[in-house]
Amino acid sequence: MTTQQTSTPATAQGPFEPEVTGAFATWMADGWTVTWRNLNKVKRSPDMLIFAVLQPIMFVLLFSQVFGGAIGGDNPNFDYTDFLMAGIFAQTVVFGSTFSGAAMAQDLKEGIIDRFRTLPMSPSAVLVGRTNADLALNTISMVIMILTGLAIGWRFENGVLSFLGGVALLMLFSYSFSWVMALLGMMVKTPETINNASFMILFPLTFISNAFVPAESLPKVFGIIANWNPVSALVQGARELFGNTGGTVAADTWPMQNPVITAIIGSVLMLLIFVPLCVKKFGNVSSR
Amino acid sequence: MSIIEAKGLTKTYSTRSGTVHALAGLDLSVPEGTVKGLLGPNGAGKTTTVKVLNTLIKPDSGTATVDSIDVVNDPQGVRRVIGASGQYAAVDENLTGLENLEMVGRLYHLGIKRSRARAKELIEAFDLTAAGNRPVKGFSGGMRRRIDLAGALVNRPRILFLDEPTTGLDPASRLGLWETISDLVRGGTTVLLTTQYLEEADYLADHISVIDSGHVIAEGTSDELKAQVGGHRVVVTVADEGDSQQAQDILRHHGAGKLSVSDGGREISVVVDQGPTTLQAVLSDLGNAQIRLHDAGMQRPTLDDVFLTLTGHKAAQDDDTEQEAS
Repeated sequence: MTTQQTSTPATAQGPFEPEVTGAFATWMADGWTVTWRNLNKVKRSPDMLIFAVLQPIMFVLLFSQVFGGAIGGDNPNFDYTDFLMAGIFAQTVVFGSTFSGAAMAQDLKEGIIDRFRTLPMSPSAVLVGRTNADLALNTISMVIMILTGLAIGWRFENGVLSFLGGVALLMLFSYSFSWVMALLGMMVKTPETINNASFMILFPLTFISNAFVPAESLPKVFGIIANWNPVSALVQGARELFGNTGGTVAADTWPMQNPVITAIIGSVLMLLIFVPLCVKKFGNVSSR
Repeated sequence: MSIIEAKGLTKTYSTRSGTVHALAGLDLSVPEGTVKGLLGPNGAGKTTTVKVLNTLIKPDSGTATVDSIDVVNDPQGVRRVIGASGQYAAVDENLTGLENLEMVGRLYHLGIKRSRARAKELIEAFDLTAAGNRPVKGFSGGMRRRIDLAGALVNRPRILFLDEPTTGLDPASRLGLWETISDLVRGGTTVLLTTQYLEEADYLADHISVIDSGHVIAEGTSDELKAQVGGHRVVVTVADEGDSQQAQDILRHHGAGKLSVSDGGREISVVVDQGPTTLQAVLSDLGNAQIRLHDAGMQRPTLDDVFLTLTGHKAAQDDDTEQEAS
């Protein structure tokens, strides 16, 4: 620094030499800086954290205790709590991903996107930081749900590795879905719009699936939709990896017969399509 | 060559109500170390001009360079040498003042240590030490603007873009910000500033470009622009609206330009050639016509008059912000 630091924020010396150089190093550093910024927000608004912790507990308890007795009640081999867990995990992390959209819309509204876009940072860093932070928040929700589930008697039956595989599948899918929501978040005018819109999309997407009840118990048309619904493949994949199918038989469609591969392909496709679209969109957005 | 150069910039938006030519062949040139003020009403194209130059939007046609770097071909290069502060404070509400500035430093790739040091330095320079460790959420509008301006200065830019830096601020905060900007200019920073406030352009800018409908309609120093309008104005306010027509006739007779009538016809003003002599003559004629006056006097031309003379309409000063962004 200069020896004579006056009260004026001297700019005359001209720009600093950057310390971090190279495309990959700056991309990593920028992505981490924005992640740090977003996680700080969670730290400073405890309501968000409480929501991320309490809502999953509530859902696990409500669904298992309220519906548990009514669903599959006459089949002694069918344990609804075991069956439910993969479904409730999937629903919660997919809903958690919508936060990426609302947060992008909020950042645009507040004008900080304009600040980011006049900085020489990696074009994808804001999006990477956004989706990373939401992955972290979703991971917290996931851990809470697993602990709650274990406390009320849920058990995974296929060993720890297979169980972790199921968790990884859920996190991968939700991370990819964050990018879809981030794009929507940059296209809407207000954060409220994205909140309302995501409920309109996500309730049918998660309820017309095998998440809460076996697909064959749904009315015929819904049953067909459910068997091709990507969320069903995700739930079925996690359920099989957890060893929680409870004797239910997967429908005779390719996605339901190969649910893990379907969920992975779906996630990778979402990333391949929406990451470039998001980066392109980000290069053109400006506040208001 | 000037440090900021723009040639023939155009930008068109399609909106529901039709096509908007936000920029219609705008030329601009800002010599190094000077302050250029872009003056114009809402929707004139000021914000769009700044957003093209600070790489937020791409022009449809035309060229622009900042520090000899092309804004379209090398936006990252431009971003390294400029600082930008927008109409609304672009700060993160949840971060403290220090954290906001540290984040900006890290995104300039200064490294965490140097970013922290620079953040602290700026917080001190901007008299925000007491607030530096509190989330911006609790800051006043004036403090947010200061943080935002500090954010624009993190990388010691020699070129600064300020888009309506004081819109919405109270007079004391405005004056404070003006002084800060003046300090920067004394340090050699080149500033491109947009404003709707005529006194702001008058106070800060060495050169003013008056913009209307997406292009520059007049350029010069504040004094040069005022000289274009002519000398003094005579302004009278009649007590009774019914006298307005008659009073207008008298002013038109003595005046040397178009009449300007406002306040429901009660306030009438006109440019005159011979200041005091003409005022006397006007007052004597008004007296003979037995027109009661609420107020009468002479005014030196303001930039408002410049604007009126050049465009035929007043510089809008309502609170609406420019709706130019995509």
